[in-house]
Amino acid sequence: MDFNDTPEEAAFRAECRSWLEANAELRQPGDPGADALGERTTPETVKEAQAWQKKKAEAGWTCITWPKELGGRGGTTMQNVIWNQEEAKFRTPPNIFGIGLGMCGPTILTHGTTEQKERWIPKMIAGEEIWCQLFSEPSAGSDLAGLRSTAVKDGDDWVVNGQKIWTTGAHFCDWGILVVRTDPTVAKHSGLTFFVVDMHAPGVEVRPITQINRGQGFNEVFFSDVRIPDSQRISEVGNGWAVSITTLMNERSSIGGSGGAGGMRDLFRLAEEVEIDGRPAIEDRSVRYKLADFYIRAQGVKLTGNRTLSALSQGKTPGPEASLGKLVGAVMGQDMAAFAMELQGAASATFDESYTPQEGDWQGRYLGIPGLRIAGGTDEVLRNIIAERVLGLPPEARADKGLAFKDIPTGPPNA
Amino acid sequence: MNFDFSDDQKLLQQTARDYLAEHSPLAVCREILEGDAAYAETLWKGAAEMGWQGAVIPEEYGGAGFGYLELVLIAEEVGRALAPIPFSSSVYFATEALLRFGSDDQKKKLLPGLASGDAIGTFALTEKPGQQTIEHVAAKVEGGKLTGTKSPVADGEIATFAVVAAQGDGGLSLYLVDLTGDGVARKSIEAFDPTRPLSSIDFDGAPAELLGKGGEGAAQAEALLDRAAVLMAFEQLGAASRSFELTKEFVEGRFAFGRPIASFQAIKHRLADLYCEVQLARSSCFFGAWALDGDEPELGLAACQSRVQASEALNQMSIEMIQLYGGVGYTWEYDCHLFYRRARALAGALGTPNEWRNKLVDRVDFSEEA
Repeated sequence: MDFNDTPEEAAFRAECRSWLEANAELRQPGDPGADALGERTTPETVKEAQAWQKKKAEAGWTCITWPKELGGRGGTTMQNVIWNQEEAKFRTPPNIFGIGLGMCGPTILTHGTTEQKERWIPKMIAGEEIWCQLFSEPSAGSDLAGLRSTAVKDGDDWVVNGQKIWTTGAHFCDWGILVVRTDPTVAKHSGLTFFVVDMHAPGVEVRPITQINRGQGFNEVFFSDVRIPDSQRISEVGNGWAVSITTLMNERSSIGGSGGAGGMRDLFRLAEEVEIDGRPAIEDRSVRYKLADFYIRAQGVKLTGNRTLSALSQGKTPGPEASLGKLVGAVMGQDMAAFAMELQGAASATFDESYTPQEGDWQGRYLGIPGLRIAGGTDEVLRNIIAERVLGLPPEARADKGLAFKDIPTGPPNA
Repeated sequence: MNFDFSDDQKLLQQTARDYLAEHSPLAVCREILEGDAAYAETLWKGAAEMGWQGAVIPEEYGGAGFGYLELVLIAEEVGRALAPIPFSSSVYFATEALLRFGSDDQKKKLLPGLASGDAIGTFALTEKPGQQTIEHVAAKVEGGKLTGTKSPVADGEIATFAVVAAQGDGGLSLYLVDLTGDGVARKSIEAFDPTRPLSSIDFDGAPAELLGKGGEGAAQAEALLDRAAVLMAFEQLGAASRSFELTKEFVEGRFAFGRPIASFQAIKHRLADLYCEVQLARSSCFFGAWALDGDEPELGLAACQSRVQASEALNQMSIEMIQLYGGVGYTWEYDCHLFYRRARALAGALGTPNEWRNKLVDRVDFSEEA
């Protein structure tokens, strides 16, 4: 029972650290945190992020677990965790490669042909080509396999029509992974096929979505007679669901454990700064109870992450505890923001950098967090995953079981 | 990083679980609930033969000489079984007090009895309802004689001696008091969980022997409470895990509208949430175990962390257990209420969760928190 690295891990950490120290600046208290649903990325930040990625790729400090022959480091999962922990301590450009390296790459590595891997993986690693994920649709969110975009074979090409939504970064990406329906006459999970699509191809149109916080991290992507060569199909026709599951498993493991809480120090400071009846709020018992609960929950998530790391460190598969971080963290983050605004009294209704306590950071969080509770699996989907995959409870009865996709009842079309 | 127990420690835990499955099914807890006995004496003797009471007592004083990482796992199993024995009073408090503050003579005199189970110790701090800080103790020692009332005292009627917090010898101090001797009048208080007996004890000139340095009782009591909080958290974790398993088994087997009720999202989402609570409690308890074992500077924080999270996990679990069982969960015949009662008995011992939340805010150095 200890929190220490093994000697090998410690040596690897020192190596990471020394490269980072030579190539980046340490983060300082008060630096803004990484924002999951932030402002729209500008061409300048994309260039900056690409330069950092290239630097890391040349020195072997990215894609730690990917095969060496394709440009990875050929390292272990634990080494990857250590690198991520160390990199997070430094000021780095926004990570615009998370979806490509976290989801698209692993999917192609698992299901792609040798030619496909050689075509796409090295440039992905070098940051020369940026990737997005085209899964969700207006009528297929949590029920992803209900998606309606289609691809029809025409000679050596497939012709794609339809709409994707919530596509992070589509406006600056070169490639996307895409799952579409190729056969509506079979059961819904059986009629899907997985492709790689050129985001610059004719017929691909990207439109930004403005979030409730006015951020524009996501897009709608429209496909009008977009031609995809059959050589860009991943795995067999009709096997798209199995391939998508690989992507989603990687999404969860890349999101899991981050917690989405943060801000504990700011909340304690706020409770010292604002008053309740002329006394610092932090002296009030009811405030103290809430602060303690937030602290304990955040630590609980972090400590649970340590159990996951321990399993990895010993070469074991992490236990089911890996799946709770996002569910617990996002809900708590929202509660924290609401409580911080409560502490501000009448000022909670303001959102003015020059007036609102802590520059309105909590108001900003309060607007940002509803997205976090939905993105990457809603709270409800995560509960289903814990209940069914972790606890092995029986699945919900379903109305679409055994039906061909075309016969599945749908609601009225949106106005 | 190895934030987990070793294979040997897990084996010891399994041995404890097997032993309790055989010797302490929930029927044993129910016998104490429904009968006149205050605790399961046969089980207590058996536990002593397994070396549990003396787990962290050095061999020279008749103990098994294990470490705290072993003791916490035994505590988890004792909690899992809802074992009706004075384990927490005697092991987490009396034994800890002697190990930390006792003179060699005191250790020689009392530890072998604690290890063998022949002696039962307890801790007498609280004097009245409400939330008091340690400094507000009114009981007094003058000329080696203790006067005052302590209530509720856990296992007060069956304990052979108590560690008592009282004013004297230059301030608040801890004393050893023979509960079978002169000047001690004990009466039973009906307990919310009758499998955890409580007493009121009047001291009227009872001989009291100073434990450790005079005037340091507040710091001593705080240290004791921190250590006991971690151990108690494991007991709570064990009970919460068992309650979760039983509830899951029940909803998987119960059919309504033609299917297992576990297939309804209304049920499975609640189980998913409860699963998270129990896992957070487990991770927090691990942190407590690490801090207790190494006597780390983080022990104070870890005590709050594990105590609050495990108390809430068991409270919530026991509440939802009755609800998810439905009507039968509210019957005397089913075991849900054993957990429901035990949850409150453990949450009310050694300071309620809110008292620990309050301490936590004092102990966090939030300038270091991200």
